[in-house]
Amino acid sequence: MALSHDWRRVRAIAWKDLTTERRSKAGFNGVVALGVTILLLFGFAMGPDTQAIRDAAAGALWLAALFSAVLAFNRSYQVELEGGALDALLLYPGARWTIFAGKLLANLAFVGLMLVIVVLVGIVLFQVTVPPSWPLLVGVLALGATGICTLGTFYASMASRSRAREVLLPLLLFPMLVPALLASMQATKALLGGDLMHEADAWIKLLGAYDIIFLVATHLAFEHVIEA
Amino acid sequence: MTSSPIPWVPPKAGRWPWFGAFAILFLIAGQVLGIAGSAPDRDMGDLEKIIYVHVPAAWVMSVTFAVVMYFSLKYLWRRDERDDLAAAAAAEVGTLLNGLTLALGMIFAKPTWGVWWAWDARLTSTLVLFLIFIGYISLRGFVDDTERRAQWSAAVGILGAVNVGIVYMSVRWWRTLHQMQSSPATVDPSYVLPLRVNAFAFLFLMIYFVRRRYEALCLDRAAEHAAEAAALGGA
Repeated sequence: MALSHDWRRVRAIAWKDLTTERRSKAGFNGVVALGVTILLLFGFAMGPDTQAIRDAAAGALWLAALFSAVLAFNRSYQVELEGGALDALLLYPGARWTIFAGKLLANLAFVGLMLVIVVLVGIVLFQVTVPPSWPLLVGVLALGATGICTLGTFYASMASRSRAREVLLPLLLFPMLVPALLASMQATKALLGGDLMHEADAWIKLLGAYDIIFLVATHLAFEHVIEA
Repeated sequence: MTSSPIPWVPPKAGRWPWFGAFAILFLIAGQVLGIAGSAPDRDMGDLEKIIYVHVPAAWVMSVTFAVVMYFSLKYLWRRDERDDLAAAAAAEVGTLLNGLTLALGMIFAKPTWGVWWAWDARLTSTLVLFLIFIGYISLRGFVDDTERRAQWSAAVGILGAVNVGIVYMSVRWWRTLHQMQSSPATVDPSYVLPLRVNAFAFLFLMIYFVRRRYEALCLDRAAEHAAEAAALGGA
């Protein structure tokens, strides 16, 4: 009973955030354009040797995704703060973690969609051959995006309400994301190369464990962070 | 936020300066013992002496970050402002020791490995830890409301500490070069005593630094409270 109420709250908040994004569109378009631009710049850094570009593809894709996703996280609180809506949101009855879960879901949808576009462009630009194990690759993208969004949504709840939020969010977030990014990049790289050494499996497990640990930890800590 | 006078008395220095003098003397004795008392290494020669600062700095760094974790949890549990200040003091000293560990390690690495930096698990995760706590200290600088600052930095400190193990494991899978951890069984007996003495010297120094920073932070807070009270027209 209580859980179904919580779930309805989570859905309502996620839906509200996604509706705001859908109606403005400017945010999403800007973030996707930035992701593609970063891919292009990585191409300049690695190329024009086709093989070098192909080898760097996994790393470039994830970094492009990370740099553009960071912009989405602060936005998701900034729109609340501009209208003083966060205080109203906190006044509603019910568990606070549902606010976090709702924002996380909305950010996941946002970043997931952005990731699909950036990856498709990346496949073309970096001349990547899609391996037969591509469903597994989609799984890696989902797990990696979950890790980035979980901590991104959590740290943005603080950074967006501080001075110098543009500096503070990446400063707090990037070192924390080292294991998630490393695992995502290595798993992607292994799968793109046909996973001859069977190493993708271990990285995927690490990524899964990371996601679970921080999903739990951030949901527990959010209560303390949002009320202050 | 609060305009009432602080509900606690700022701690006094007391005999702590004497403890600091003792810690420094202890460190000097430990270094003399290490430099004069232990045999040069078979391969490294006198280069080996740097382990009497590098290794204790690394050990005590871990202890200091455990102290941050302890006071952060205690703060979230009891909501006493002083626990937050103690965590902040320990974080500053831990970051200092962390930077020292990195710098000394690099000085050690150049002649032994031939490079200043290697992408090995322990080096890389120590650097990541350093950056996490640089973020922690920056966060404290960017937030003015004291209660908000306390709760946020407790959360950041705890999540950072949770992450250390995962970072280490991920980088170790990625690549490894650092020698295995030394234990009294794997090093020459003449190294064991100076290492232990210096470890305690660093531990005493750490306690002294954390204590004095804690006193200073408490005085800062007391001054802020007093200024707020005066601005609001209090007595």
